[in-house]
Amino acid sequence: MAERAFTVEDVKKLIGIEGKPLSLEISKWMIQKFVRAVGDDNPLWQDEEYARKTKYGGIIAPPSLLLAVIFSGSGTRPDIPFPYPRVLDGGIETEIYLPIKPGDVITSVTKFVDLKEREGKAGKMLFLIFETTHTNQKGEIVAKTRSTLINLE
Amino acid sequence: MERKQLYFEDVEEGMEIPTLVKEPTTRQLVMWAGATEDYAEIHYDKDVALKNKLPSVIVHGRLKAAWLIQLLTDWIGDEGIVRKFSCTYRGIDVPGQKVYCKGRVTKKYVKDDEHCVECEVWIENEKGEKTTPGSALVILPSRKKEGE
Repeated sequence: MAERAFTVEDVKKLIGIEGKPLSLEISKWMIQKFVRAVGDDNPLWQDEEYARKTKYGGIIAPPSLLLAVIFSGSGTRPDIPFPYPRVLDGGIETEIYLPIKPGDVITSVTKFVDLKEREGKAGKMLFLIFETTHTNQKGEIVAKTRSTLINLE
Repeated sequence: MERKQLYFEDVEEGMEIPTLVKEPTTRQLVMWAGATEDYAEIHYDKDVALKNKLPSVIVHGRLKAAWLIQLLTDWIGDEGIVRKFSCTYRGIDVPGQKVYCKGRVTKKYVKDDEHCVECEVWIENEKGEKTTPGSALVILPSRKKEGE
């Protein structure tokens, strides 16, 4: 590829666009697969009998669940062209307001909110910032996440 | 299974959070890829990883974030709440190398009737380098009853 199809200016014009909303029902199996991958054996995420005696009255998802890219990354991000060839995940921030229980339906919407340019040792770098709002079936915001993608020369 | 509960009164500024050790394997990365639908090849295809100037497949940043949150939920117990969390992926971690999830209390205070504890958290590799620094705000229960 001799020429780049998109310039930084093209990407800048896309600030403010949103990805397609994604609604997912949270199942016990989804939570189990997630915590097994983390290697987290906390019974609050898996053991119904144990969890019933806690203040939640049943299993909840760990606060990290919405960090899965299906909710707050590639699964919901608007389609942004990258001017440079390499893409790395830069970091994540989350603010959590409500616990998530099996049976909840979470709708996640991700917006492209900012673009920063920097020149580092490795060449030109772009920082693309995305914000995701996660809402449950009652219309309550359960969490917000903010993630950074780094696009490198 | 009994789990210990941490209270606001148990915490002091400067106090360390008990370390959580992880030994990532390629199998675990595949489990994470499937569970979260993160199919970026740099986490399971060595050829693609090398082409991207990486030494091998690398641990997902989001998995490292989930480990740091586990560090917190293991520590704060069932009554504790993780309210805010953030981290940046400064350095890569690779399967076969242990990582140490660590943290320290930086500040405690009561705000709007909530018992707040701020922490710095990070992941350290076997060489002691901080690959994944972050911070968190957790809310803890208090032993004191309301109005005391």
